[in-house]
Amino acid sequence: MTAAVSTDLAAPRTRLALFLLFAPALVWLLGLIVLPHVELAVLSLRARVAPRIHEFSFANYRTFIDEPLYWHTFVRTATISIIATACTLLIAFPTAWYIVKIARGRAKSLLLVLCLIPFWVSETVRTLGWMILLRESGVMPHFLVMLGVTAQPVEMLYHDATILVGLVYTSLLFMVVPLANALESLDDALIEAAYDLGGNAWSILRQIVIPHAAPGIAAGSIVVFMLTLGNYLTPTLLGGKNSLWFTEQIYTQFITRFNWEQGAAFGFLLLMLSTAIVWLGLTLTGQRFGDVMRRA
Amino acid sequence: MPDLDLEVDRVSKRYGAHLAVDDLSLAVGRGSFFSILGPSGCGKTTLLRLIAGFLEPDSGDVRIGGRSMRSVLPNRRPVNMVFQHLALFPMMSVGENVGYGLARRGAAHALIRERVATMLKRVGLPGAEAKRIDQLSGGQKQRVAIARSLVLEPTLLLLDEPLGALDLKLREHMKIELKQLQADFGTTFVYITHDQSEALVLSDHVAVMSAGRFEQVGTPQELYYQPRTPFVAGFVGANNRLRGNAARVDGQFVEFESAQGLPLRARPSGPIAAGAAVEAFVRPEVVLLARDAPELAPMQRFVGSVESLLFDGANSAVLLREERTGTEFRVALPQTGQFADLREGEKVAFGFDPQRVVCFEVTRT
Repeated sequence: MTAAVSTDLAAPRTRLALFLLFAPALVWLLGLIVLPHVELAVLSLRARVAPRIHEFSFANYRTFIDEPLYWHTFVRTATISIIATACTLLIAFPTAWYIVKIARGRAKSLLLVLCLIPFWVSETVRTLGWMILLRESGVMPHFLVMLGVTAQPVEMLYHDATILVGLVYTSLLFMVVPLANALESLDDALIEAAYDLGGNAWSILRQIVIPHAAPGIAAGSIVVFMLTLGNYLTPTLLGGKNSLWFTEQIYTQFITRFNWEQGAAFGFLLLMLSTAIVWLGLTLTGQRFGDVMRRA
Repeated sequence: MPDLDLEVDRVSKRYGAHLAVDDLSLAVGRGSFFSILGPSGCGKTTLLRLIAGFLEPDSGDVRIGGRSMRSVLPNRRPVNMVFQHLALFPMMSVGENVGYGLARRGAAHALIRERVATMLKRVGLPGAEAKRIDQLSGGQKQRVAIARSLVLEPTLLLLDEPLGALDLKLREHMKIELKQLQADFGTTFVYITHDQSEALVLSDHVAVMSAGRFEQVGTPQELYYQPRTPFVAGFVGANNRLRGNAARVDGQFVEFESAQGLPLRARPSGPIAAGAAVEAFVRPEVVLLARDAPELAPMQRFVGSVESLLFDGANSAVLLREERTGTEFRVALPQTGQFADLREGEKVAFGFDPQRVVCFEVTRT
């Protein structure tokens, strides 16, 4: 009997210990993620009718629809983010393949470290590095003149392609790591077996490698897409004043215009956009979010 | 030569300083079951990969069905392979696995479906097309792997220790199944293994391989009863090994004294000069036991005490220590149960027919 009583007593104590262990995470989630979002939701759904007087309204969302500049920026941000994610995947896949399947021993870890090294420097410095390389008086335009490709130094900054290059560069590691993980678990014998049964490089990639790596591809793509969509520094610095990135609009509303209501509405729209696109991507490739996150 | 499905002609393959396959030749007749038996690291996997086309030989040629395979890629060779861990595609159903090769050849959907159904029926898995690979048992996976290769009707099926991953009971069962499948399909099988029992049970011919070369190629019976090298005698079946120097050689037997001082007579394999270093092998089942020494006349007779009893049903044996020299012998117990009451420490007489003791001249290095 005593044993039974003591286990009864232990149960709530265990629960308390568990609760205390989770408390910091809960506080963090609640205080820094849930509460601000609730506050933003409330903010985005009100309009100022007079100084210090607000009322419930969809006006902020209507502004987004009525003003072509806003939704144009919105669509543009989404499109470039998707293109950047696709480019990152195209570059990261052979890289991850080489690291996992071809490089041996020390070369393997060295290559992974090489992917990581740029992240030892802050994002601002890295982006400024690109500016030094690409600006009109910078290294690349000078080099092109020297080679005789262009007569005058050309401005290579402030193009969409420049933004894309910067975004891909920033995201590469976040794609290589989940891809490398996914490819690591692919048994080489599967590839040999497929080859032995008459498969060629393309059919093996399509039928064996990509289905196996799909959760890794999805995980990397989600992370890269989110990072790109929410990136502020790279598009602003490399794209300049005309970069038209949606996070910039949010920043402007909050900081320059001091229109928190509008900024909150924009923030929510961006959240909805990323959720919708991730959901669409997973549905189109027939995967489940939980599986992807477990495999990543 | 039309009835040879596989000819390996003086093939060598070197990895750096290591010669994995050393000037090796081999011929396998149509419809036979050929095994390559050797310890790990003897080069048998390299040889198999050379035949499959995953490796190119440094010199020599591989001919399959009479056609040279020089610079023919694996996906173009009339050869299929069953991998060590089977390498079934987990992202595909059983039906898609079996139909993969046909689909790659561009066969029509209806034809693929029909051929897959027939093949699954032949390997005893009718209607399993829609199953996932992880729903299959070890033995079923084995059959799917074989079906996936045989559906392409290859000239040659290569098997790379496919039974290695199975547990003992299933392995015994799959051995029989594999032999029946081969007899049923009539496809030439080339099987590599380090398990001598698999090689002996399954094969029409076995090549014993060591350090990149074949020690002996022959039927399982030949390898067992007439080993041509000490390696084969030591590797195929259990054996008691005795070393010494030949004292006297007459027409039929070599007389020598073992290193421990035991006088022995043995049948020489090849000519042996008097005074040469020799190595003799006595199989456990060749040694006869007796409670009274005279029963064993006219064989060579010894007396020993029982060191330990190794009970293993029909394969039971005793370890005997010869009284005078301390030489250890492994002796099979007769299956009549005659010596079932043998106890450790007991003294028994034992002897063997010198005709059944084979001895080789060893070249000391």
